Amino acid sequence: MEISGADLVRAAALLGAGLAMGFGAIGPGVGEGYAAGQACSAIGRNPREAGLLTRTMLVGQAVSESTGIYSLVVALLLIFVV
Amino acid sequence: MISGIELLVDGASYLGAGLCIGFGAIGAAVGEGYAAGHANQAASRLPERSGDIIKNMLIGQAVAESAGIFALVVAMLLMFMSFPEGAMSATSLIAAGLCMGLGAIGSGVGSGFPAGEACEGMARQPSVMGQITTNMLIGSAVCQTPAIFAMVVSFMLMFIPFGDRSVNPNIAAIMGAGLSTGLAAIGSGLGGGLAAGGSCQAVARQPLALGRVTTTMLVGQAVSQTPAIFGLLISFVLMFKIFPPAETIVTASALLSAGVCMGLGGIGPGLGNGLAAVDAVAWVGRNEEAAGVLTRIMLVGQAVSQSTAIYAMVVALVLIFVV
Repeated sequence: MEISGADLVRAAALLGAGLAMGFGAIGPGVGEGYAAGQACSAIGRNPREAGLLTRTMLVGQAVSESTGIYSLVVALLLIFVV
Repeated sequence: MISGIELLVDGASYLGAGLCIGFGAIGAAVGEGYAAGHANQAASRLPERSGDIIKNMLIGQAVAESAGIFALVVAMLLMFMSFPEGAMSATSLIAAGLCMGLGAIGSGVGSGFPAGEACEGMARQPSVMGQITTNMLIGSAVCQTPAIFAMVVSFMLMFIPFGDRSVNPNIAAIMGAGLSTGLAAIGSGLGGGLAAGGSCQAVARQPLALGRVTTTMLVGQAVSQTPAIFGLLISFVLMFKIFPPAETIVTASALLSAGVCMGLGGIGPGLGNGLAAVDAVAWVGRNEEAAGVLTRIMLVGQAVSQSTAIYAMVVALVLIFVV
């Protein structure tokens, strides 16, 4: 089997893309889940403020998502651009 | 069988970039989620001041994000810069990616702790919001230092020319250098963050104890940073000592093992030092007169929990210089 250097580079880029998105998905999953759980318990304490608390949860989860988006961007760059 | 082997460096840089942002994204996200959760708890306690609480959450999350940004920057550099050819260069790029990626985990999660505790503290003591935010920023900033160590080592691995050294065993030394700081930074980042979180709790409970609380926090964080410093030291030794060529894989194995040893060995003590500091600092807030005793016992406890990091450094040095 002939393996060309260009093939190896492409293979490494694809492997890197998988690792980037794979590991990168861990953090936002854990962080956003924790935020959601705490939001539920906060609403349990104060159900009248459910609207405010839900909005706060979504804002916090959006910030937590950001590094997951970085991983997605890098993965897509590695697959399609480099 | 493999043609065009000079493109190996490109492949390595892409792999390194993937590892870098993959690992690096974990910490900041978990820390920010923690901050968001506790901000919500605070908002439910004190809905009238939810605007200020959310502002504080965003500030704290921004500091936690910086670890993720370091990882993104290193990943972008790895993908788009061109590097010299050769197996040494290729290994150093993978090591650089691993170092920054792993190093960002601890600081990202750690910076989330003060952000969350500061928001909860604001709901308890809305009158001292300014002081709580200041304390949170000081604690978070110190907590970022392991990520900065990791970034420094990562840049060194990318830009120091290793090509003129013999492949065996220096290639293992390079990988060991990356793992040493990257792994050890995890524990120190977490530990520093825990200490900062304790201080935000304490300031909220007893705003008048601000000075003593901040001092105890800084002392506790300083000790928590030492495993990362040990990791940095072993990384420097592995990068700057040019090892003579070897015929067998024994020396290479020893050097890689030294890096892994110090790296893994720094995780537990870093976290443990933080666990010791968080309760010490929180209780200074509850019982200001006991600050002296609390600081002493915290230091004694941290010294004992530090012991295995010292064993790891000794074993790493033995593996580098004696084997």
